[in-house]
This record gives sequence, C-alpha cells and structure tokens, in this order.
Amino acid sequence: MTTVEHTAAAGRPRAAGAGGARRPLTARIAARAGGGALRIFLVLVALFWLMPSVGLLLSSLRGPQRIASSGWWQVFTEPAQLTWDNYARLLSDGKVTGSLLTTAEITVPATLLVVALGSLAGYAFAWLDFPGRDGLFLVVVGLLVVPVQVALIPVAGLFGAVGLFETTAGVILFHTAFGLPFAVFLLRNFFAEIPRELLEAARLDGAGELRLFTRVVLPLGGPAIASLGIFQFLWVWNDMLIALIFADSGRPPITVALQQEVRQFGNNIDVLAPGAFLSMVVPLIVFFAFQRQFVSGVMAGAVK
Amino acid sequence: MSAVQVSEVRRRGGRVRRRVPGSRRLAAGFLLPALLLLGALVVYPIAFSVRRSLFDAAGTGFVGLDNYGAMFSDDGIRTALRNTVVWVVVAPAVSTVLGLVFAVLTERIRWGTAFKLIVFMPMAISMLAAGIIFRLVYDQDPQRGVADAVWVAVHDTFADPAPFPGARPRPRAALAPSGGGAFSTRAAVRAGSPVELPLIAVRPDDLRGARPAAEAAARPGAVTGTVWLDFTRGGGGRPDVLDRGEKALAGLRVEAVRGGRVVASATTAADGTFALPGDRAAGARLRLPAADFAEAYRGVDWLGPALVTPAIIGSYVWMWAGFAMVLIAAGLAGVPRELLEAARVDGAGEWQVFRRITVPLLAPVLVVVLVTLMINVLKIFDLVYVIAPGSSLRSANVLALQLFRSSFGTDVDQGLGSAIAVFLLLLVLPVMYVNLRRIRKERRR
Repeated sequence: MTTVEHTAAAGRPRAAGAGGARRPLTARIAARAGGGALRIFLVLVALFWLMPSVGLLLSSLRGPQRIASSGWWQVFTEPAQLTWDNYARLLSDGKVTGSLLTTAEITVPATLLVVALGSLAGYAFAWLDFPGRDGLFLVVVGLLVVPVQVALIPVAGLFGAVGLFETTAGVILFHTAFGLPFAVFLLRNFFAEIPRELLEAARLDGAGELRLFTRVVLPLGGPAIASLGIFQFLWVWNDMLIALIFADSGRPPITVALQQEVRQFGNNIDVLAPGAFLSMVVPLIVFFAFQRQFVSGVMAGAVK
Repeated sequence: MSAVQVSEVRRRGGRVRRRVPGSRRLAAGFLLPALLLLGALVVYPIAFSVRRSLFDAAGTGFVGLDNYGAMFSDDGIRTALRNTVVWVVVAPAVSTVLGLVFAVLTERIRWGTAFKLIVFMPMAISMLAAGIIFRLVYDQDPQRGVADAVWVAVHDTFADPAPFPGARPRPRAALAPSGGGAFSTRAAVRAGSPVELPLIAVRPDDLRGARPAAEAAARPGAVTGTVWLDFTRGGGGRPDVLDRGEKALAGLRVEAVRGGRVVASATTAADGTFALPGDRAAGARLRLPAADFAEAYRGVDWLGPALVTPAIIGSYVWMWAGFAMVLIAAGLAGVPRELLEAARVDGAGEWQVFRRITVPLLAPVLVVVLVTLMINVLKIFDLVYVIAPGSSLRSANVLALQLFRSSFGTDVDQGLGSAIAVFLLLLVLPVMYVNLRRIRKERRR
C-alpha cells in the first residue's frame, strides 16, 4: 500500500499539490475495496434477514411428507414439489377463514374507535378550555407506558360481571382503551399545531365546534390519523395475549386459532406454515402500502 | 427523535392562549367516551391489581406483601425473574447496536431503502407468526432446521465426520473396547507379521463404493495390517478371517500406542491396508480412536433448556432491530454533514468519525430506542409462549408469561399474578416519571 502511495505521489506531484483537499490514493483504494466488502456484507445481512420468512413461505408450499423428512431449501433443487395443496385444504376447511374473519371483526372496530375517541379527546385537549385540562392530559401521558398485563385480571372480572367476557365486543373495548393514551397524546400534539387563525376564521363564518372538528380539524389531522390508524390496526391484528384471554373461544381470532395448533408442533407444520402465512398477508399488505405512515407512527410511539 | 418533534409542537401550541367561550360542557362531551374507557379499563384495574396483590389466592385473606415475597423465593418465578433480567439487558442492547450499524452503513449504498424495508418488515407481523417462523428455523434436525443445517455444515468443514459411525469389533476378537469409544488390540504388535483388524456393524450407507479388502503384505521393519468389514454378503464368511469379497474400511485412523502415548499413526488405504514404521510401532498396541466411529454431529439443541432463552432473544432481535434502525436512521438524517466532512478532512478515519462524532450526536435517539425496547421487552410474552417447546418452557419462563400462567393457567393464584403485574408496573414507573417531567418542563418554558 505504501509503495502505491509513493509512486503515485512521485508520478503526479502537481496533482497531489493542487488537490490539497483530496484524500490520498491509499485511502481512496481502501474506500473502494471497503465499499465492495460493505456491499457484500449488507447483501448477506439482507439475505439472512429474509431467510426465516422465505423458509416459512416455502415450507407452506410443500407436502406434509416432504416437510417431515427434509428442509425447505430442497425446493431450490427440486422445484416440482411446490404445491398449493396445504392452502387448498386449509381454506376449504373453513376454520382459518373463520378466524381471519373474527380477527377482522375485532381489528376494524377497535381501530375506528381509537381514532374516533382519540381525535375527539385530542381536540378537546388541544383547543377547548376547561378546568383541570393540563392535569388530565398529564394523567393520559402517564398511562402511555402502563403494561396491559396490569389489567388482565381486573378486566376479566369486570367483563365477567357485565357479560362481556369471551365476547368480541370485550376484546374491542380492551384494545380501544389501551390504544387511547397513545392516540390522545399523538393527536393532541398534532392538532395543537393547526394555526389558530384557521380555526378563528371558521368560527367567524359561524361554524360550531362540532362542525369545526369534522370539517377543519379532522381533515388537517389526516397524516397523524393515518399513522395512528395503521399503528393500531397492526397492533390489534397481531395481538395474541388479549385475544387468548378475552376472545370468544368458540370463534377465536387467527392468532389464538394458530396458537392452539402450535401446542402440537411437529406433525402439523403443513397447517401451521400456511396458516401463519395467511395471518401475515394483511399486515404485510398494510405495511408495504402505508410504510411512510407506519414509520411516523412508530417514531411518534417510541415512548409507548 | 419523537421527543424533539413533540417539544417543537408543544412550544408552538403553548404560546397561543386558546379560549373558547362556554366550552366546558362541550369539552366534557368530547372527552367523556375516552375518559370512561380509560378509567374503567386502565386506571381502575391498576388500583384493583395493587389491592388484589395483597390478598391470597382465594382473594379473601389479607397477606400483606407475602405475594411479593413469593416472587423472590419461588424457584420457578426466580427463573422467570432472572430470564427477564437477561432479556432486558441483552435484547435491547443487541437490537440497538445492530440498528445503529445498519443505519450508518445503509447511508453508503444506493439500495439502502430496500435494505431497510427488508430488515424492518418483521415488525409488521405478529409475534405468533414470528414464533412459528423460528420454531422452523430452530428445528433440531439438521435435515429440517436451517440453523442446525448451517451449523452442522460449518462444523463438518472444520472437523471431518467419522468415516464409520457405529462400527465395532466382534466380542472376543483381537480388538477390545479401550474406553471412550476407541478400540485397541489385546496384545502388542510386531513388525513383519500383518495384523488383522475385523469390524462389524458398519452402516451400508457408509460402505458405498468400498473396494474388496486385501491381505497386507508382511514387511520387515514395518507393522502392517488390514481393517475390513468381517461380513460376507450372501453368507458363508468365517468370523475373524478375511474372506474373498469382504469390503475394506478405508480412511480409518490407526494409532500405535505405547505407555498411553501415540507413537505412530496411519490411515487405511482404499484396500483397507495400513503400514506403520516398525521402529516405533513394534511392541506397541494398535488403537482405532473414537473419532473413527463417533456418531455424526447432530447440531445444537437450540430450544433445549440451556439455549432456549438466547435463541428466543435471537428471534426478538430479528423482529425489532429494524425498529431501532429506522429510528436511528431518522436521527442520522439530522446530523449535520459538514461536521462529519470537516472531521474527515482533518484526517479522522471512518471509525473515529463514527465513534467520536456520530454516536455522541445520536446519543439522545439511542437512549429513546433503548428505553422503548426495554419497556417492550419487559412485557415479552408471545414469542416465549410460542417458541419454547413444553419441555423447555420452565427454563424459558419470563415474568409476563408467569403472570399469564398464575392468572389464567391451571394452578391459578391471582394474588401472585397481581403482584407480578404490579411489579411490572413499578419497573416502568421511572419512564413514566421522565415522560411527565419532560412535558411539564416544556409547558413552563
């Protein structure tokens, strides 16, 4: 390396003198070689990160005997073994489709409710004046980090008393309640940013508070509401713990249905692998379609 | 990052005094649904859990702090506690370091966005799905589990697999077991008289392509001999005699041992013969070492009691390193480029720039990421519940899982379950305090 530097410096003394800010040739060669190594390293990391999911996908496309006797990578040498049979069996059976439907029945209302109640409260905290507002908001912020585990036993008792235990409605309410602190926190901060003049102008035009809320605040809060919605949607869709305790065991959501299958792991990968993949389809679509909103939701939720 | 944005928002919001006449009733209407739900399902449960944790399993007898004492004295729960500590220390740190490395490195490649997408994607899927994915990855059979397939491949590159696992001499043959899976001749060997070392119980698979064994030639000044499979296909062979057509065992290591030390060694040729220098080997005993017969390496039992927690932490890192990476990358975008360039012009190496400038500037983001992940890890449940097989569930136990089992499992003690819940809450109180102080400070400004 040093030789290269010397010959280069001797061969082009003027260039070296003129381009004072330029880095020495060794550094540039090292950077180029390093760049190659860096690229290879990152390609390897990316493959490494993809491998588990690819393994699941390919496993889900192999027959039960194949799964039991060999690894999914056999697919690369024998692509003919790929088959839709597992999916066909799973979908015709109706159990998985039913659970996916239950998951949707829980996720959609829980998301809409959090957005609706969160933006109402967020607006009140941002733009309405009432005694104890700041203290109340602090309480809500304090609730951000409360672990759901604290509520499992008491809420089970509470739901039992009012007939909500093991019902879809109960699961929805639980998710809504624990989604609210973050929703209120995020939306209050976003709404507070709306220029006051805009609201004043609308009021002068004779708009009431409710109209102001639906016509001005909600549309302007679009980006924050989208982030919140995506975040909450994925959180509820992917939840297993709360569903395990509060969901109707006769009509379990997909996570609980699959979890029951996991208990006998080993001889039912032909059910588990396609089932897990089906449960991932909706979150992955949401993720790829709304990456930007998801990322900003994740960033805002970094304190949660 | 979020903290910075939020404080910006808050300052602007705080400067404007908002007052809407007669808005109290309106405010109540706007707030009521949210506050009702929060009160009934979040605030009331906290109070209930604190109270419940002071009562026994039946919920009728007051036991004071006994449930908290049980948390630290019960063996099973102590394991859970210890594992939770390991989780909280290791998982966030590893995720953050990886996130930092990825965030910094992806800035230098053109397909950085694609890379980030790949690493970030696992965050979108459920811990249940991730659990199933990693049950497959960690399958102990190297034929099926990719982790062990890779591990065994690497292992076998550095350590040759034994040529004839399971092979052994007949009882009362010239060879006898000499401990640890090796076989030695009963008597010392002499130069010039070939040694016959017959073995049996060789797997047909290991014999594929084997040549017929040959009698070793007697050579003065050398200890020669043959190792072969003493079994004639189709029958008719005599025990301990090299019959025609019996197969040679090639590639076996033969050692001459004298006084416990290996004085010479050789490897059998394709016809099963070997030769050792007579001056050293004569008078020694011959030994076929255990390495000739060891069972094939079966890989690591990832989900066994010893490794199950690190293995599950691995799956967590797979899910959450992307989170750290995205947050840190956003923070990195705010680092002034001129500062880094100036340092480089001053002759600082890339490592120095990273260590002395990038990391200190990112410190606030790193803290947010670490704390967020710690809170998240405290509540870890699904991954452990799904990945740990029944036999290792005890060794993999964590507080959130123990809470679930104490509260809703077979041997229910909701007093104990509540105590664990309150304990988890106590652990996040410092973070709650920091959050609240930050907001109040911003308000006063």
